[in-house]
Amino acid sequence: MSSMHTSNLTIDKLRKMFSLEKRFDGRKLHDYRNLDVSLEISNCAEGSARVKLGKTEVLVGVKMSLDTPYPDSPDKGNLMVSGDLLPLASPRFESGPPKFGAIELSRLVDRAIRESGMIDFAKLVVKKEELVWTVIIDIYPINDDGNLIDASTIGAIAALKTAVIPNIENEKVDYKKRTSKKLPLSKEIAPLSISFYKLGDSIILDPTREEEEACEARITYGLSKWEGEYMINSCQKAGKVFITQEEIEAIMKILPKKFEELSEKLKKFI
Amino acid sequence: MALKRPSGRKADELRQMTAKVGVIPNADGSAIFAFGNTVAIAAVYGPRQLHPQHMQDPSSGILRCNYDLLSFSVNERKKPGPSRRSQEISKVTEWALLPVLNLEEFPNTVIDVQIYIIQADAGTRTAGINAASLALAHAGIPMKNLICSVAVGKQNKDIIVDLDKEEEDFEEGEGATDFPIAKIANTNQFTLLQLDGKIPPERVKEALEFANKACEEIYQVQKKALKEVIEK
Repeated sequence: MSSMHTSNLTIDKLRKMFSLEKRFDGRKLHDYRNLDVSLEISNCAEGSARVKLGKTEVLVGVKMSLDTPYPDSPDKGNLMVSGDLLPLASPRFESGPPKFGAIELSRLVDRAIRESGMIDFAKLVVKKEELVWTVIIDIYPINDDGNLIDASTIGAIAALKTAVIPNIENEKVDYKKRTSKKLPLSKEIAPLSISFYKLGDSIILDPTREEEEACEARITYGLSKWEGEYMINSCQKAGKVFITQEEIEAIMKILPKKFEELSEKLKKFI
Repeated sequence: MALKRPSGRKADELRQMTAKVGVIPNADGSAIFAFGNTVAIAAVYGPRQLHPQHMQDPSSGILRCNYDLLSFSVNERKKPGPSRRSQEISKVTEWALLPVLNLEEFPNTVIDVQIYIIQADAGTRTAGINAASLALAHAGIPMKNLICSVAVGKQNKDIIVDLDKEEEDFEEGEGATDFPIAKIANTNQFTLLQLDGKIPPERVKEALEFANKACEEIYQVQKKALKEVIEK
């Protein structure tokens, strides 16, 4: 059963329920599930976190590597985000080279973090034009029950906050020697992803796997606070149906509220 | 302070557009669309039988888009073959075009849309979508409407339309924001929304209004190109 796709019967039922502002698990349409975050879950990683959003669970690790800078940014460190949808996490995931779902997940997390300005890349330079740090964020869902994007961004932020820069000796990294040197992160900026899902005329947040599969469109925003003002840093619409200007304007009103609500929840853990 | 774009254009001024339909005789439909120095070419093949057979959908045809840059279309040569960026753009292009197609009418088939950028000066995905929309219409595929696409954006605090590369690289103040959109012509229905940069939520409406106005102009250029090929 678990590997079956959501049936048309279920989709019709969900469509009707959403229009009455009801969900199978009793939540309101814009409610998130319970959030739980644990830090430092893998001791060889420079930073790591486990995020649980309802039954969705994601592990995120940060590794640092010493590289030569890109020719077009000799005075900046780099960020690399990768995601892998392991067959461990869902009967729907298959092994093999990354499919679109994994590529999109990592690119959305990358953009939310990069564009927010949370990481000060200029401070990741070890030797100008020769050696810079690359911050590598690896995302592994271990149980997919929907809304992986939002959960993964929370995981990435938590892992970044715990990450330390490893020791360098003779221009080589000594990963074993832990330092207490944190990454150059802005204190003020902590971006989040907030993904809205559309089925019929209803818009919901934080879908379960079943709800997510039933939905016809998704729009993901990367949001942060910059100089005291809410800023959308990234956005991507997905799915086979359009979204109207009125729906977008309604979402713009919900965004800051949800950002505050999620940020508050996250503060309890980091 | 008055807005000063590196290109000297007004905030809501698009680059010179050109569109031509029927540029690849082998294809079922084809078109070239340009925003200034950004040039995209698109070809449509299909609806045709989908192989391998197990990928066929008996309830609907499928749309398969492929977007990429020609290797010499950018300053530093782009290594041929798909990248993560091009795979993502291919997918969002599919999502941008799907809402106007009635693929249920063509079960078990595929419509292939091939989009390549010949010359890149920012706004390549939007030029590609405009070309693809024209190519689909030229191929005679039933469409509810045309899709029009443009990047709006922000230069520091000013909203501007159809950014070129120099404007995309603007770094002062809030920097540059790239906000590519696509919509169903003459409606308030959006089919592509992406964004990189910084824009406060309360200014999104203003940006969409810029897009609405730009898309009206794009629609006229597309319509003219389609008429030209029919009247020939």
